[in-house]
Amino acid sequence: MSSTLQSRWWGWGFRSAVMLYFMFLIVLPILGIYGQSFSSGMRVFYENVTEPLAWRAVTLTVKLALIATAVNVLIGSMAGWVLVRYRFPGRRLLNSMVDLPFALPTAVAGLMILLLLGPHSPVGQWAQRLGVSILFHQPAIVIAMVFVTFPFVIRGVQPLLEEMDRSEEEAAYTMGATRARTFFRVLLPNMLPGVISGAMLAFSRALAEFGAVVLVAGNIPGRTMIASVYIFGEIESDNVIGATAVSVILLTFSFLVLWLVNYLQARRKGG
Amino acid sequence: MRKLWIALTFAVFALLLGAPLVRIAMGAWEEGWDGFAHGLTRPEALHALGLTGTIVVVVTAVNALFGVALSLYLVRAAWLGPRWRNLLNSIVDLPFAVSPVIGGLMIILLLGPETVVGGMLGSLGIQVVYALPGMIIATLFVTFPLIVREVMPVLQEIGSQQEEAAATLGARGWTIFRRVTWPSIRWSVVYGIVLTVARSLGEFGAVLVVSGNIMFRTQTATTLVYQDVENFNLTAANAVALVLAAGSAAILLIMEWAKARAAHH
Repeated sequence: MSSTLQSRWWGWGFRSAVMLYFMFLIVLPILGIYGQSFSSGMRVFYENVTEPLAWRAVTLTVKLALIATAVNVLIGSMAGWVLVRYRFPGRRLLNSMVDLPFALPTAVAGLMILLLLGPHSPVGQWAQRLGVSILFHQPAIVIAMVFVTFPFVIRGVQPLLEEMDRSEEEAAYTMGATRARTFFRVLLPNMLPGVISGAMLAFSRALAEFGAVVLVAGNIPGRTMIASVYIFGEIESDNVIGATAVSVILLTFSFLVLWLVNYLQARRKGG
Repeated sequence: MRKLWIALTFAVFALLLGAPLVRIAMGAWEEGWDGFAHGLTRPEALHALGLTGTIVVVVTAVNALFGVALSLYLVRAAWLGPRWRNLLNSIVDLPFAVSPVIGGLMIILLLGPETVVGGMLGSLGIQVVYALPGMIIATLFVTFPLIVREVMPVLQEIGSQQEEAAATLGARGWTIFRRVTWPSIRWSVVYGIVLTVARSLGEFGAVLVVSGNIMFRTQTATTLVYQDVENFNLTAANAVALVLAAGSAAILLIMEWAKARAAHH
């Protein structure tokens, strides 16, 4: 009898510990940042967000993240398709390399891109001859974002392609559909949910990226400074209110994207 | 057509993933073995690598314990109504959407020296921000969803029938977990742990903000790489980065292995 009571007591204590840990680690900090940003009133918040450099940083981040996502949708769908549908030597190696950007520290990724695009590298010299600048300009930021978010679309598309019924596709061919027509009418609709959810995860990751970008962007305020680097600068110069204001904008945006992904996935499972 | 697609995919992988890896390996050897060895055995590099190791061990242990417990509660617990479970379930993912810099900022806002809690701890002689505890909390925050997201689907899939059967036969909580639940979830736990190790090894933004990046005190391997690059000390940065990259490659191999094991547990 006493051992049952004791174990129930233990269970209750452990349960509360886990819930408290969860509340303090995840919920409280997020509420804290929203509370802090509005603590000095709406007007201060508004002024900090509409500060031209802050606003430029946010719009630049959204623009570049959109470009990076578009690039990833193209190369990710292609790579996902090739890795599932074709058998060729080296396929397994490529397939396990996909996750490399997730395993690699972002600062290391930034350093890699810095070296690869630097003025002494072949790419850097070639760009210089053409008169284009890549490193410390916007193209470098896009490259860093593409690298970091590379796995999302591929990993989104692969399971759908593996599950797909080949007979639909074969039926389309037997009825005389061209390759292009079969692709757009049969294959693409099947792949689309994976492409969309992968793209959204990639987009929200690209919005938040810091480590890979900070090393290659040059971080010129108003020109190549993205939102997370701006927030870092504000923290360094002790302007906490400015940092929280931009953080809240960025966070709200990412939460919306995340919520949309979950909603779409739940609907797909339900329907 | 088919050959063209395969060739294009190879080209994308080689340019985007292969070339940077080769370049960093070459960069570390630019000044020969001595340059590489010096970059790694500098006192500040040894200290930074040691600190990173400490953080990885502590964070992985804490999050493995709480992650598995929380997934059990979110899938099974009757004392949490379904509505609460849904709400908590969607909160688990939030750290994925938070930029690491913002994660660090949150901890400064809550536990910094000017806050109530931070001041109280400070008067007790415990420093959180710009010290190891803050860096551990930041990494815990960033890596929290990884294990929960791996374990929860497996728990949902295996269902609770076997556990109920064990309970009818008179087994109690801990015994049921150890003898019935654990054998079916262990490979997903391993996979989650590997992801957590990878992420805490490489965490940069949150740690940079919280640590202040003070050499010999709060500098980790990734923030050391950052500082080396800022100081144009590229060879030394490459040496540390190469070690981190080798660690990631090892983690990838373990991930493949754990995935294969998890597929037929």
